[in-house]
Amino acid sequence: MSQIVYARSQGLKDVEMHYCPGCHHGIVHKLIAEVLEELEITARAVGICPVGCSVYAGNYLNCDFIEAAHGRAPAVATGVKRTHPDIPVFTYQGDGDLASIGMAEIVHATMRGEKFTTIFVNNAVYGMTGGQMAPTTLVGQKTSTSQQGRNQPQHGLPVRMAELLSTMDGMAFAQRVAVYDIPTLLQAKKAIKKALTLQLQGIGHTFIEVLSTCPTNWNMSPVEASAWVKSTMSQYYPLGVFKDVEVGK
Amino acid sequence: MQKTLWKGNEAIAEAAIRAGCRAYFGYPITPQNEIPEYMSWRMPEAGGVFLQAESEIAAINMVYGASAAGTRAMTSSSSPGISLKQEGISYLAGAELPAVIVNMMRGGPGLGTIQASQADYFQATRGAGHGDARMIVLAPGNVQEAVDLVQEAFDLADLYRMPVTLLADGMIGQMMEPIIFREMQGRTLPPKDWAARGRAQDGQTHFITSLRLDAPDNELFNLALQEKYKQIAQDEVRYENLGCEGADILIVAYGTTARICLSAIRLLKLEGIKAGLFRPISVWPYPYDALRELALQDCVKAVLTVEMSAGQMLEDVRLAVLGVRPTPFFGRMGGMVPQTQEIAQQVRLILKEAIR
Repeated sequence: MSQIVYARSQGLKDVEMHYCPGCHHGIVHKLIAEVLEELEITARAVGICPVGCSVYAGNYLNCDFIEAAHGRAPAVATGVKRTHPDIPVFTYQGDGDLASIGMAEIVHATMRGEKFTTIFVNNAVYGMTGGQMAPTTLVGQKTSTSQQGRNQPQHGLPVRMAELLSTMDGMAFAQRVAVYDIPTLLQAKKAIKKALTLQLQGIGHTFIEVLSTCPTNWNMSPVEASAWVKSTMSQYYPLGVFKDVEVGK
Repeated sequence: MQKTLWKGNEAIAEAAIRAGCRAYFGYPITPQNEIPEYMSWRMPEAGGVFLQAESEIAAINMVYGASAAGTRAMTSSSSPGISLKQEGISYLAGAELPAVIVNMMRGGPGLGTIQASQADYFQATRGAGHGDARMIVLAPGNVQEAVDLVQEAFDLADLYRMPVTLLADGMIGQMMEPIIFREMQGRTLPPKDWAARGRAQDGQTHFITSLRLDAPDNELFNLALQEKYKQIAQDEVRYENLGCEGADILIVAYGTTARICLSAIRLLKLEGIKAGLFRPISVWPYPYDALRELALQDCVKAVLTVEMSAGQMLEDVRLAVLGVRPTPFFGRMGGMVPQTQEIAQQVRLILKEAIR
């Protein structure tokens, strides 16, 4: 007798994704899809996707989607959530989108305690435009616009968004996760689920930063890229919970 | 119905509530501040959402989100703020989302001044931010007309699924006039079955986007947009003709300027000069055909355009008249308002020239 032990999440559409080999976007999509399904909110949810590689997230996740201008997803999400408080709303943003051009929007949405969930995928580089330096590019990291490696006098230092936003009273829950192996992946899913659950309780803004790979623009193999997240990225961007109103943190 | 005294900005805000607007997002800028101020207490009273955004950019994107979820939404600003909103306006056009934007124009360029101006005509009528997009642009001539056009602005936005701008000069926002809130009929509108508010609504997933990465696909979309604009140019032209038949000269003006021109026309009438006022109400689509027809009358010696700008609508007047009549221009800039006597004197000089 055969038994189904694993099935494609109903939160995902049955289509092929366009992401490069070894990119973590597909994994993050899958985790969101599973959480939407487990919380039974796929049919009610509205996602906001950014400008960048994940601009097509709406083609992959099986819920309604709105594509926002570069960096403006938190404002768009505010417009949806304020007019439709019953809709579970999440944004999906990259590091250039959220931490550079959209810095004002995410800071103010957090400050106001907007009751949506941000999924912030940080891969330390502009992916879709061809690997330019991002606000989260590490010092020494070579990109197409920091070809000798990022250096502080010229480029400044990378920004830690989970920590920055956790200083605000409007933030209800903020955690930085990764998906480079099974334990971190399971932790990431748990974090996303908690963020969306707290949103459904209407507590405040919830924020999950996911350290992610970009093998294409990092000039690494998928295996090397995952290893670099663990060995290097997570040193500057430590995994963990930075804000949790439930435990008074 | 009793007339009541209203300030233009507040009247427009109240008219929006009465037109079913249930989401307002704005940012302070003079001379439109009474709109967000009025909305801040009135919108919650009407069961809608008011939010003061962190910037004009955020405000227009909140409008984008609210509209994408199917709510009647608006924002308002003045010239420098509208420049910031242009990104969002282009996305609204590209995603085919309805929205109403009020621009209480002030003198520019840059920070300029807070006094009334009409110098954003090019910005409003030549596109909708970047890309081959358009906005319907309605230009009220007084507070009553502004109020009446608000319902129409929301209906047009919903009907054609596109941004509609109410283009007024700061004078109309700041002026108090006795007005009536008429019972507006409103248009019959299609259901918003495209809205992204969860697929539970109709079993379909909805993806609101302006991204069409495949160029042939994007061209097809652009062709469809242009078809829509062609239809609007045919069906939604509005203007007022005050004594243009048999006139010696036509004066073309919109907004507050048109009203001052009307005073000049009355003055000239006492001198036996017959000047007609052609007042475009929709400045996109522009009433080219109607203006051309009137300009072609044998009696018309010239078509004078008067604006609070360096001559922006003038280009549309020239496109309408196509060189068959002289098209002189008189304008004041940077927040200065043309005076009745100045306009009358222009007309006298033009006619003297034409007779000689």
